[in-house]
Amino acid sequence: MTNTSMTTREKVEHSMKRRRAAESRFRLYGMASVLFGLLCLVVLFGDILSKGGSAFTQTFIETEIQLDGDYLGLDASSSDQDVRNANFSGLVKKHFRAMVNPDGRKERRQLYSLISAGAAWQLQSEVIADRSLIGSSLRIDLLADDDVDQWFKHDRGHEGEHSRLSELQLQWLNTWVDEGALKTRFNTRFFTNGDSREPELAGIHGAIKGTFLTLLVTFLLSFPIGVAAAIYLEEFAPKNKITEFVEININNLAAVPSITFGLLGLAIFINIFGVARSTPLVGGLVLTLMTLPTIIISGRAAIKAVPPSIREAAFGLGASKMQVVFHHVLPLALPGMLTGTIIGMAQALGETAPLLMIGMVAFVVDVPGFINDPSTVLPVQIFLWSDSPERAFTERTSGAIIVLLGFLIVMNTAAVMLRRRLERRW
Amino acid sequence: MSIIENHQTHGAPFSDSPKLTARNVGVYYGDKQAIFDVSLDIGANEVIALIGPSGCGKSTFLRCLNRMNDTIDICRVTGDIELDKENIYDPKMDVVPLRARVGMVFQKPNPFPKSIYDNIAYGPRIHGLAHSRVELDEIVEKSLQRAGLWSEVKDRLHAPGTGLSGGQQQRLCIARTIAVDPEVILMDEPCSALDPIATAKIEELIDELRENYTIAIVTHSMQQAARVSQRTAYFHLGQLIEVNPTDQVFTTPEHALTEAYITGRFG
Repeated sequence: MTNTSMTTREKVEHSMKRRRAAESRFRLYGMASVLFGLLCLVVLFGDILSKGGSAFTQTFIETEIQLDGDYLGLDASSSDQDVRNANFSGLVKKHFRAMVNPDGRKERRQLYSLISAGAAWQLQSEVIADRSLIGSSLRIDLLADDDVDQWFKHDRGHEGEHSRLSELQLQWLNTWVDEGALKTRFNTRFFTNGDSREPELAGIHGAIKGTFLTLLVTFLLSFPIGVAAAIYLEEFAPKNKITEFVEININNLAAVPSITFGLLGLAIFINIFGVARSTPLVGGLVLTLMTLPTIIISGRAAIKAVPPSIREAAFGLGASKMQVVFHHVLPLALPGMLTGTIIGMAQALGETAPLLMIGMVAFVVDVPGFINDPSTVLPVQIFLWSDSPERAFTERTSGAIIVLLGFLIVMNTAAVMLRRRLERRW
Repeated sequence: MSIIENHQTHGAPFSDSPKLTARNVGVYYGDKQAIFDVSLDIGANEVIALIGPSGCGKSTFLRCLNRMNDTIDICRVTGDIELDKENIYDPKMDVVPLRARVGMVFQKPNPFPKSIYDNIAYGPRIHGLAHSRVELDEIVEKSLQRAGLWSEVKDRLHAPGTGLSGGQQQRLCIARTIAVDPEVILMDEPCSALDPIATAKIEELIDELRENYTIAIVTHSMQQAARVSQRTAYFHLGQLIEVNPTDQVFTTPEHALTEAYITGRFG
């Protein structure tokens, strides 16, 4: 092909073919990338939902139990303290012994292991709420042990050799299934309980409350500090070597591995300032360090995006620097700043590593009441449960992940909606 | 161009009743000098047009007059500029009251993203010009009337100012400037983003405003300069070449460069 013999139009036509091919090729790359991303997301959600969905149901044994006042040593006038001291656990054991007549100590122990320790507490709280139940018989769904729960929800009909239940236990359970005594209900304890060694009693209430308190501390500290820093750096700071140095280091801070912030928190907040470890307060302080660069950087970008014509208009009218910033620049930059803050908070919500360093990995049963109570947070709770050998904990790990992802989706949606709503045109 | 090297402003750059006097003004952006030794008077209640090819420094000079160049870090101004015999580059001079006295209208209409009312009321509010809501309402109405916008917007004072048409927005910006009751109004190509009808309205407005204000207008349109101004100053490559009464500049320019520009040989 000799180019010289072609007219300009032919050359253009000729090059068009290449350009069109390049364009469609590029579109294909883009679509492939998006598809790959979506596929990963579908696999992730599918896997977690299929594993964790069952964490939201729990197996119960429906039974009618005689609340024997003599055995418990209680009557209608007993105090709450008496009820708490009463041997409900013995009553539950006695009740089930009467149902299946186990032979000998070994079989008795096998029977007891089918029922959760929580069953006795269920009876106890019923009696605390209503003393007149003493002496009557009560129809109640008692918590089954996690092994029973797993068997009933997943393995029934195809028990493998590795089943944690013995022949005899399966025999008892199958009779209960035939009688319709075993059933699953919504697992409210998952949302109302703190952590526990017993999977069927373990819940994420403590972790959620801890997360909430930690993020509250993070927000209250990082938003005002971050916005103030962004405004100062962008609007008031003289442009010299020092501000340049500060600027570079804020960007560096954003890239520091989060576990380093945990070590810093341990060394400074806990060891020097003596803040109690394992509390939302110290967790919030550490996450503030981590979130600040994100907020400052996004805040500065939002301030930069305010058109200079608005500034000029205000200056031209004789507004002072402060007035220009607070009357015009800040209101226009706020949506961007808020979006950055929410994204920073969402990052903090999912952060685990720095919190391990400051003791939030402790096993905490109680639900924290305030920012100085020991507590854990959702991602750390997930980390803790994922380490547990019980199958029921694996299920709960996925359940907690679903809840965490739910929070993340809510926060990110809020960020997008906020931006749409507050965005102003000029 | 030897004429430029041995530069001297031709015509009559000085006025008998000056409002603003600029003497030997030089402006530097970093190392680059943008304006060379400009001396010019702006007389009270006159409209002076600053014309010249792009990059000649006319906008830069205009922005020196209310120290808008202060907002540019690398910008440095030498020489003296006096407003009513008061040096505006005196270190003791506060730019806030200065800009209240010397208002500015920009090339692109730039209303605040607020209501029409709040756009006008902003200046009086920050300077504490109104002591009551009623007084503020009066200022807003008066300013909009003088800018010839009142009848068009009186029923939607609380609609966003950014929702107006381009010409209306520019008149809103003029009304906003008037609301602070300045002595001098600087206009930096106020009609360059507008259509001929909106331009005609603004030109009419400038003519009316002359009674009460001193106006300096930068324009690329020579017809506009001829229509609205009494004196015209021609800038070329950062130098003030010629200042004369407008009709004289457009009929019998003194300087060869001025003639070349107005006859369209460059620019």
